[in-house]
Amino acid sequence: MIVAAAVGAILLASVTLYAVLGGADFGGGLWDLLAGGDRRGAAPRQFIDESITPVWEANHVWLVFDLVIFWTAFPHAFAAVMLTLALPLWLAAGGIVLRGAGFAFRKETRALGMQRAAGAVFAFSSLLTPFFMGTVVGAIASGQVPAQATHASLAAWTGVIPLMTGFLFTSACGFLAGVYLSWEAARSGNQQMQVYFARRAQAAALVTGALSLAALLELNYLDPTLFGRLTGRALPLVIIAGVCGLAAAGLLAAGRPAGIRVLAALGVAAVIWGWGVAQYPVLLPGTGMTLSNAGAPHATLVAVVVLAIIVVLLIGPSFALLFALHGRHVLTGEHLHAARPAGPALASPPPAPAGPAERPGAASRTVAIGLAATVALARVLAARRDRRTGR
Amino acid sequence: MSAAADLLVAAARTGADVVPARAQMASTLGFHIILACLGIALPTIVLLAEYIGLRRHNEVALLLARRWSQAMGVLVAVGAVTGTVLSFEMGLLWPGLMRRYGAVLGLPFGVEGLFFFLEAIFTAIYLYGWRRLPGWAHWWTGVPIAVSGVFGAMSVIAVNAWMNQPGGFTERGGRIVAVDPWQVFFNHAAIYEMPHMILAAYMVSGFTVAGIYAAGILRGRRDRYHHTGFALGFVPAAALTPVQIFVGDTAARAIAHDQPVKFASMEYVPRTSTHVPEWLGGFYWGGHVYGGLRIPDLDSVLVGFSPGTRVTGWDSVPPAGRPPVVWLIHLCFDVMVGLGFLLLLAGLWALLEYWRHRRLPPQRLFWLLGAVSGLAAIVAMECGWVVTEVGRQPWVVYRLQTTAAAATTNGGVVTTLTLIIVVYAALGAATLLILRALSRRWRRGEAGESEVPYGPPGELGPPGEEAQRAAGQARP
Repeated sequence: MIVAAAVGAILLASVTLYAVLGGADFGGGLWDLLAGGDRRGAAPRQFIDESITPVWEANHVWLVFDLVIFWTAFPHAFAAVMLTLALPLWLAAGGIVLRGAGFAFRKETRALGMQRAAGAVFAFSSLLTPFFMGTVVGAIASGQVPAQATHASLAAWTGVIPLMTGFLFTSACGFLAGVYLSWEAARSGNQQMQVYFARRAQAAALVTGALSLAALLELNYLDPTLFGRLTGRALPLVIIAGVCGLAAAGLLAAGRPAGIRVLAALGVAAVIWGWGVAQYPVLLPGTGMTLSNAGAPHATLVAVVVLAIIVVLLIGPSFALLFALHGRHVLTGEHLHAARPAGPALASPPPAPAGPAERPGAASRTVAIGLAATVALARVLAARRDRRTGR
Repeated sequence: MSAAADLLVAAARTGADVVPARAQMASTLGFHIILACLGIALPTIVLLAEYIGLRRHNEVALLLARRWSQAMGVLVAVGAVTGTVLSFEMGLLWPGLMRRYGAVLGLPFGVEGLFFFLEAIFTAIYLYGWRRLPGWAHWWTGVPIAVSGVFGAMSVIAVNAWMNQPGGFTERGGRIVAVDPWQVFFNHAAIYEMPHMILAAYMVSGFTVAGIYAAGILRGRRDRYHHTGFALGFVPAAALTPVQIFVGDTAARAIAHDQPVKFASMEYVPRTSTHVPEWLGGFYWGGHVYGGLRIPDLDSVLVGFSPGTRVTGWDSVPPAGRPPVVWLIHLCFDVMVGLGFLLLLAGLWALLEYWRHRRLPPQRLFWLLGAVSGLAAIVAMECGWVVTEVGRQPWVVYRLQTTAAAATTNGGVVTTLTLIIVVYAALGAATLLILRALSRRWRRGEAGESEVPYGPPGELGPPGEEAQRAAGQARP
């Protein structure tokens, strides 16, 4: 049992790492998508590009590692999830292919039209993948995956909770990316970009916070068990998540970047661990499948623990080296800030003199649109729920 | 017992259920495996070029290493995402396999994950560290890529080998109750599959690099730059070819013993007997071999070094337990072996010419051979995968689980198959086009290299200077 719990913790830890590292790379794609036209979006696009270029592949490996641990340690649950949620998983996989390829191709093409096309593919698929992964997690958490699955189910991941989780994932990725990018801009003394991404991070923080609260309220209706546990034994983690989110938003507003990255990542991590703690030891809620009876013998679980220890020992220092070199701009070739000679930035003629961050209306508009969309979504979902429950 | 039940299931399910899933796995794996080969072995070739460049102050070799790094950036990205698709497909297409054996075959995959991490991290440092890291420090950051490429390949091949020769676990009542990770990893087939595939990766990468520069030389670009590029790929690949032929021959003998039905399909052995002839080519249909060259007794000799050696035929198992398209397996095997010998010939030719005249052969035929060597190596490698995968049918885990029992019970695979073929066709075309555009920019000697806004910087020093020098060499 202890070993099974340890493996569960390992899986959750690597999911967390994928979320706070890989998730931010997807969020970068979100801001790339929303950066506006060639001219206006040139500076932020270039900043996003330089910041995720050397690291996204290494960050992406966490996903592969998550999948491998999942199917090795909990094969029965893995097969059930893969069967039931085949459609969103296919879509997420497709998004991963297009994101990576679009991103890699964009920097090697020269024609403006091709750069635009590749960039659009990259940015749009950065939006799709976290959304569909969110619906998968939401479907699992809300007990939509049967233990003895035989076929895919559309209803499993198009319920209120899965869809909300999908939106939550997307906005959380945007939040993380905004915070990281703002922090990086502050570090390299690029005040324009610091403000630009801080505004966006704030907007994403608002949307993420609103969605989280709405999701909690929905859970109260739809899944009282999970709600009870989230506000019961997982309450400390939920509070940590809220405090971290608020603190990060406050620091963003104050324009003080110190510690902000850690706070944002911690907030997201607390949400993931809150889910894990609330659900423990059940693997697929609503079924009898727990961490210790999902199909792997003791020896396999022990082997996974040993493997995880080796990964920590070998991969930890390697990642530290990568991030340290990246942080010192050894891996970009150029400085991150706009001091770069007026070379043609991504998909753009000469960069526009006035960056979008200098237009104060833009960020508040983003916030307003985000909030309105969230409220509208919540209303639609509520109406749907009422129809279902016949009220 | 459960295997027999599996066979019944397989018979009950129409081919329509499983064929699309197999086709999808085959096409995505067939696509990814080329990139995987380049991922395993190309770093070594780049490191070799950089080593020579640093050691002998060879600017041409250094320039090649830098340019190959830029191409590697594209290839690694496409390889990473297509590899991820395979991870998804393990569950999405084969939930039956993962449910029953995930706890066993997941272990080598986990080890592979470890090396995939190292590879990705150090690839990033190496590719993007060209400008800022000092020469030898930069070279050393590439070494973990080459090493983890080999170990990662060993891990993945351990899984495939395990499917051919499953072992290292105890199954009771449909559940895995005990696992011995060492026996899973170093299963009986791993011993020959691992070196066979790793050598194949080096041959594919080396000959592909050589092929590109041979094509340039054929078009009249007979300069030091192109000859260096050709040699850096050709020499290691050609040197490994005889080793590969030896390993392949050993593997075939082991397969005759371990997986006799697969071997019988590879060599057209319908009935267990002695004095079995060897068929070169030939199309098997309805009990006859049409065309092809029949060499009496040779198959028995190859298997056991004497014409009296008994070779097991596919009549040793009932028809339901035999692979579906025998001719495909046999012809793919012959193509693989034939291309292997063709590549050996190219290497011997170069060796002879170098031994006698200290130069590469001047004949146009040699360079034609060199130009197609990359394609030949890729085709041979793909054929080898067809042999081992189709040859194992109807089993996914040999004699334990049928492919039909492993396949998803979801419909709609035809849709995902269609979509994935479209996406992968676009992906493949875009990759080739971008690599070609890169090489054109290089050839124009565009200072464009240092202008690459987001790729690894093409040049070390002040932009242009070196590129112009190299371009000068490129166009004498």
